[in-house]
Amino acid sequence: MPMAASEIERLITAAIPDAEVVIRDLAGDGDHYAARVVSRSFAGMSRIKQHQAVYAALGGRVGGELHALQLETAAPRTENLK
Amino acid sequence: MSDANARISEIVKGNDIVLFMKGTALFPQCGFSSRAIAILDRLGAKYETIDVLQDAEIRQGIKEYSDWPTVPQLYVKGEFVGGSDIMMEMFESGELQQLLGAEA
Repeated sequence: MPMAASEIERLITAAIPDAEVVIRDLAGDGDHYAARVVSRSFAGMSRIKQHQAVYAALGGRVGGELHALQLETAAPRTENLK
Repeated sequence: MSDANARISEIVKGNDIVLFMKGTALFPQCGFSSRAIAILDRLGAKYETIDVLQDAEIRQGIKEYSDWPTVPQLYVKGEFVGGSDIMMEMFESGELQQLLGAEA
């Protein structure tokens, strides 16, 4: 069952309120997405923890109803450069 | 369940570089697994692969082992490194080369 990009974005920002979310539909089939998520809450977290935070926001849909989500996470650039 | 955990733990600790994937290195069954293999091959890494499609217990268990919902998953020296997106980021930044090179 495909998911709408807007629904993915809604779930992520519900759990990570300051997240800037950019979603691309890779195949145009509503089933293969790439998401870039930037949040201050990621500062100081390992990549694994950042991705886990997004997976948790999506509440078990990744790997199930949301088959393919290519994920890129980061803290805002100003945080990275300090 | 703890049985799967024990099996996975044994695999992860018994192989310096191991990729849990869908399919085999020669015939990956998923784009993400294929990408992970391409990265490892590009770096000339010597690695083991585990085809989760051949083993339902491991396919489910690996998601719980590292609290990570998807396959592929890369482990180096017993440590979970990440999925194919993290592998790609680390490849592009040179970190993965460093990590794998240090193990070779």
